[in-house]
This record gives sequence, structure tokens and C-alpha cells, in this order.
Amino acid sequence: MLQVISLLVENKPGALMRVTGVLSARGWNIDSLTVARTLDPTQSRMTIVVDIDPELRRQVIKQMNKLINVLQAADLTDGAAVSREMALVRVRAASENRTGVLKEAEIYGARVVDATQDGFGLECTGSPEKVEEFIDAMRAFGNVDVTRSGIVAVSMESRKVRLAPPVQAGAAANGTEELPSC
Amino acid sequence: MSNLMSGAGILVECLLRENVECMFGYPGGVTLPFYDVLRDGKIKHYLVRHEQNACFAAEGYARSTGKVGVCCATSGPGATNLVTGLVDALMDSIPVVALTGQVSTRLIGSDAFQEADTFGITRSCTKHNFLVKTANDLPQAIHEAFYIAASGRPGPVLVDVPKDVFIGNTHYAPVSTIHLPGYKFSAEGHLGQIRRAAQMIWEAQRPVVYAGGGIIAANASGPLRELVEAVGSPTVCTLMGLGGLPSSHPDFISMPGMHGGYAANMALTHTDLIIALGVRFDDRVTGRLDAFAPHARVIHVDIDPVEIGKIRAADLPIVGDVGRVLEKLNQAAAELAPFQKERQAPSRRAWKEQIAAWKAEHPLVPPVSEDRILPQHLVAEVDRASGGQSIVCSDVGQHQMWAAQFIRFERPRLWINSGGLGSMGFGIPSAVGAQIANPGKRVFALVGDGGFQMSIPELSTIASNGLPIKIVVVNNGYLGMVRQWQELFYNNRLSSVTLDAFPDAAMLAAAYGFPGRTVEDPKELRGAMGEAVNHPGPYLLNVKVSAFESVYPIVPAGGAIHEMVLGPPRPAAV
Repeated sequence: MLQVISLLVENKPGALMRVTGVLSARGWNIDSLTVARTLDPTQSRMTIVVDIDPELRRQVIKQMNKLINVLQAADLTDGAAVSREMALVRVRAASENRTGVLKEAEIYGARVVDATQDGFGLECTGSPEKVEEFIDAMRAFGNVDVTRSGIVAVSMESRKVRLAPPVQAGAAANGTEELPSC
Repeated sequence: MSNLMSGAGILVECLLRENVECMFGYPGGVTLPFYDVLRDGKIKHYLVRHEQNACFAAEGYARSTGKVGVCCATSGPGATNLVTGLVDALMDSIPVVALTGQVSTRLIGSDAFQEADTFGITRSCTKHNFLVKTANDLPQAIHEAFYIAASGRPGPVLVDVPKDVFIGNTHYAPVSTIHLPGYKFSAEGHLGQIRRAAQMIWEAQRPVVYAGGGIIAANASGPLRELVEAVGSPTVCTLMGLGGLPSSHPDFISMPGMHGGYAANMALTHTDLIIALGVRFDDRVTGRLDAFAPHARVIHVDIDPVEIGKIRAADLPIVGDVGRVLEKLNQAAAELAPFQKERQAPSRRAWKEQIAAWKAEHPLVPPVSEDRILPQHLVAEVDRASGGQSIVCSDVGQHQMWAAQFIRFERPRLWINSGGLGSMGFGIPSAVGAQIANPGKRVFALVGDGGFQMSIPELSTIASNGLPIKIVVVNNGYLGMVRQWQELFYNNRLSSVTLDAFPDAAMLAAAYGFPGRTVEDPKELRGAMGEAVNHPGPYLLNVKVSAFESVYPIVPAGGAIHEMVLGPPRPAAV
């Protein structure tokens, strides 16, 4: 099953490394990762797909939430969420196969984004399983080159993002009293 | 208010606004503009002899006071030398702000002279880090760094400042607020959970308070003592929590775990309720997890939600500052006391008698010998000289464990050691920071002959500042802890643990311009210790101790904590 972590992060240099560092420090691989700015340009939305033990996933999400640049890390694995992926596929199709490719593409709702004498560029969007099947179908026609976007997901539950309020700058904010003389 | 200032000048202003009065560092090419401003400023800069020790000194300062320690290093090798200290502070949750110079922004990424990717390298070594790209961004970053370092679960924060940011002139406008929307921590604790905790504590027949470094970090030793006395719970303090409850307190058992006391480990094994306060169930405490406290329910209080349930599931989790939670818990416990105290008295009495019996069965006492100085005896002499009141900065190894077993700490922030990371070479530089922060206090640096040789350069810092640190070298000629493991678990096949060609330490001290003495005869030890503590300045006491002593009790790695190896019976000091 897909294990999906969705993060809202501050759009700052290093934020991505901090998040992926939580996984790489444990020697875990990331199946897919997407990042893009949100409507608010100071924030980014990340979707990470991993394959790890559920108990550890909970731990990892807590650790991600602890990062200063992370506004919210949420587990979409078991909740109501929609996930989609896009694949751009270049398929070489000899002239006798061209109709077949187009028919198959139509079944999957894929769009032709480029057509040459050698073949087609196709865009397919859908659940990761559907994208997988489409790629398999295209491979039947010949050599394919595939670039997958990785999964983007959105939670269908409203999740309140709890943010920290501003605080006063300077020593008073930290409750630090007078320092010993040195 | 707004006036034209250099980035270096702005940095100093910001540090002053954070009440920074001193810092530990080592200058270099890219930090020249900063050091130029420091020269005339109000911040005292202590020149250490290696950047790693700048961070350790800042830790000693922070650990002994609770304030943020500040260290500084130049780009490249300066910054990479800080790394061990940063991880050390991260592991023990010590508030440190590290300032590093960086090559000019236009050179970053070009393999410039003394360039290193400090921002990348220290990402996982810090609680948070910053790379400041313009002088305008500097005030925000500095104040955020101090706030992050000191609040929530404290830790090290690094600010990397390129040379052109130091030099650039800009209008300085003091920052009044900082906003870190993603930096959330709950300090107060859930009141309903706290009330349930009070109920559980009263209902328990054999409770044990398991108190850790969080008690020290939260300055919560007062409310801890109140809880322990109100509900009558025996208490173990971890290596990081020693001094959280006075060592002389009747309810204090000892440190638990791998080298913990027999009674402490037996109490944890037989307890029906662990009251875990600012602890993280470290493997050095729990031993084999499935055998750890098998009959216990667990109340776990910590400000870091990641710690709760990480190792041991909590029956009652409370996320919050352990000091604030304890205040509320004490109130809740007091409200229940009229109904519970009397009823629980017999079971509490029986439990305490059981613990007293375990203590009597295998007491934690230092063995002595008439013809040679045993290292445990030396540590006991440090304890005698301290009387529970001195700051003891320990290095890492056997002597550290003996110190944790035998030296009393009547107050928090007296016991300073590298707990989580176990960094050798920590003892002397952390004593530098602790002594500077506490000029009126006696500070011991208790070090092995291994760790001592990792920190010899700081003898120069000690001499140059006339810091009256008492360096006690527990000199057994070996890397004792490693050798002990080779003896016990590697069939006594000693490998690379002999520290021969140790310098004449008394002459070494003399070479740095302060007195030192080497002692071998147990009859001379007490007199030499007196000479050391009565000398007004720094003093080095090199004590040649019996070479083949091992730390007992010991729980072999992966063993259950009640299956301690207690060691051979020995004549003990009276």
C-alpha cells in the first residue's frame, strides 16, 4: 500500500534537505517526492511516498513536525485523500502501430502532447496504478521513455494547521535573566 | 531607530541584546571583520586553542548556568572542527549558539579557500541552522537562533555568516518580534492527563520516579523534590539528571542502568509505575527492552513529543515542560492526598524497606587498597573535597561512571558530562566554560589519561586566563573502558588500548606555568588533593591509579538491567 506523507513547509532554502534528512539519516529510501509552492508563495507543499513500517512512519512524522521549517506534517496513508500521478511517455511506434497507440491512449484518457514520424509523446494522469498500467500498455508497442512526476496528494479531511504565534525578540523572550559576570 | 552599521557591528549589537557577555572562539580569515568589532566591544572573547573546545566550553558555560553558551569559528576547518561539539550539545539538549564565518556569498560553491558547506554539514548536527545572505537578514537570524536554542527542548543552533555580510553596511533596525510559525511546542501539559497522573501515582504500590536531564534543563529540581516527598516515591536520576534530586536525599537511590546501582536497577525491574520525567529511555538505562520494568505502567512527561513512545510505550503521555507539569502535578497530587496518603502508607513503607534491603545487599561504595590508589578511591576523594557542592566536569570513560556512582551532587548543574554523545576530550574545555561562568565556584576537571591528551591544548587557555580549575587525571595508562570491554567480552584480547609514553603531567603543568603533582601512594592522596584545592590558581593532580580496575556493576550490552555483573567482593572504604 502507498504510504503518503503530506507536508506544508516554509518555502526556504534547506527546508527540503531537513525533511528528507529525517528519512535518509535512517537509511530509508524515498519512493517519490514532489514539491511546489502553494497559493501562499512563502509556503511549499511536499508529498512524500515511502515504504516503511507504520510504527516508524508515525515516529518519522513526529520528527518532521519538530523541524522548524515544517508547518504541518500529516499522514495521508489511512485517511481520506486523493493521490494522482502524471507520466510523460515517449513511445516509438512504427506506422502500423500508430493507430493502436492512439486507441490505447484514448482508453487511458492519455493526451498526445507531441507527434513525430517516429512516434508520440503522451501525457497520462491518474492514480499511480493506472499510470503503471498505461506504461505497461505502451511498452507493448516498442521502446518507451518515461518520466513520472511522483505522487501528489491532497487530504479530503479539513486539517487545521496549528501555527506558533510571534514572540518578542531578545533575551527577555527566552526568560534569560542577567548572566553571571565573565 | 536606524543607523548605518556593518554586519559585524550589527551582530555584536544583537548578541548584546541577547545578554551575551562572553563567548568562546577562534578567529580566522573570514571572521576578521567580526573580531575587529569584538576588540572594542563589551563582549569578552575567550580564545580557546581548538574550535572543538570552543563548543565544549560554551556547553560548560550553558550546562552550569542554564544560559545560552556562545562559540565562534571561522569558515572551513574552523566550522568543521565545531561539529563534534554541536552533536554533543544536540544529544544532551544544551542551548548553544555557534557563529561561523563563511566565504563571501559570491564565492560560495566555488571551492574557495577555507570553504566548506557549513550549512549542509551542520544541518543534522544542530536543532536548526541559518545561512545569512545579507546584513539585513542578520538580526532576525541571530534572535531566532537564541530563541530556538533556549526554548522548547534546548539545543545547538548555528548561524553561518559570509564575509561580505560582515563587511556590508546597512541600516540597522532592531528586531522586536520573531515569528517562527512552524516552531510549536507545548509547555503547559494537558490538565486532564496531569490529574490522571496524580491518580495513578497514588494508586501505585511501588512507584519509581525516573528523572533525567529534562529536570535540569527545566530548572525543575524544586518541584521534583516536592513531588518525591509528597507522594513518597523512591527516585533514580539518570547520568544527565544527577543533582536533580540531592544525592543525600533519603528517596534518592542512585543512577540506574548499565553502570547503575543494584538497588536502582532492581527498583526499576520491580516497580509497578514509572514516573518518567524528562528522560528518553536511553539504551544505557533500559538494557534489554523486553526485560525493562516488565510490571510497570509508565507516565512519561517530556517537552518533546518525539520522545514519548519512541522506546517504551507510555500508558499516560504528557507533553510539556517538566517544571510546569510538575507544579500542576504536585497540586493535583496534594488534592488527592487526604484520601490517599494514609491508605498508601503501608505499601509505600514496604516498598522503601525493600529498596533499603537491596541497597544493603549490594551497596554502591568505592573499594580501597592500602598499597595502591584505586581509581574509585580517587573519585571518592574528589567527592570528599567537593562535599556535594563543587562543579565536576568529567571526561568520558570509566572515571565518568565512577564519578556518577560515587560523587554526590546536592544541587543541579554541578555535574557536567558528555552523556549522550560520550565525547572524549570534553572534560577540560567544559571546565573552562563552567569556571568562567562561575568564577566563585570550585571546578574540578576529572579526566582520564586518554581524554586528557585530547584536550592538553586548553591548559594554555586555563593558564592564560588564570582559571583556578583543579584538573584531576585518573591515570591508569589505558583506555580503561574499552579495555574493560575487551577483557569482559573479547576474551581479554587487548587491542590498541595502551596509552604509553604519557608525558610527565606535573612537568607539563609547570611548562604551562602552573603547579602540578604526580601521586602514586594512597597515603599521599588526601594531602595532595588538599594542596590542589587550597592552591588559589589552576592545579594539575596526576594520579597514577591501579591499572586493571573495572566499573561494576555492569549490565552487558543487550542484557537485562537486573542481570548485573556485580564484580568481585572488595574491601570498602569506611
